[in-house]
Amino acid sequence: MASPQIRNGAAPQTPPQKPQGFVYLPLIAGWLVPGAGHFLLRKWGRGALLSLSIMAMFILGISMQGKLYANAHDILDLLGLIGDLGNGLLYIVSRALGLGADQVQVTTADYGTRFIVVAGLLNVISAVDAHNLRTGRKP
Amino acid sequence: MFRPSHYVAVLLFALFASIVFGITQRDTPPRMVRYGLYCFVLFTASAIVLSWVMFLIAR
Repeated sequence: MASPQIRNGAAPQTPPQKPQGFVYLPLIAGWLVPGAGHFLLRKWGRGALLSLSIMAMFILGISMQGKLYANAHDILDLLGLIGDLGNGLLYIVSRALGLGADQVQVTTADYGTRFIVVAGLLNVISAVDAHNLRTGRKP
Repeated sequence: MFRPSHYVAVLLFALFASIVFGITQRDTPPRMVRYGLYCFVLFTASAIVLSWVMFLIAR
């Protein structure tokens, strides 16, 4: 005997599948290495473009002698530090290698500081996008 | 040391930010490209307009 759904002509509905495994892995990987979250999900083109854009922005910021925030003396420093931390391993490795300026002395260094902070914020957006792809919130 | 002019810095910033915005804020590749171009034009156009406004205020 046919089910009521088939008799009515409607396609049988399958319940939404819950994502398997550790759904935060693309988020963490994407934060640590720009684009890695998308690579884990086999979104090669998107991952490559995100990785290229964020790394280029960070490297240009460093090459402009931008400042890497190391501590938070006031609220603006704290916001800069949060933005810098968004770069994940790029920030940690750069700090370990002593890259970036301690103080902003020329105009281009000010641009560079903004480039580094914005690269970190864009990386957070990219990692959250990878998480949304993983959970199915974004098709 | 890389020393771009202010305008070149704006163009680089707009390019990279627009790529990330396009990919993350839209679902399909054609819409990503369109939104990325839209963001790039808005970034650069607003920088030019604001520069002229500041120039006229300063005079």
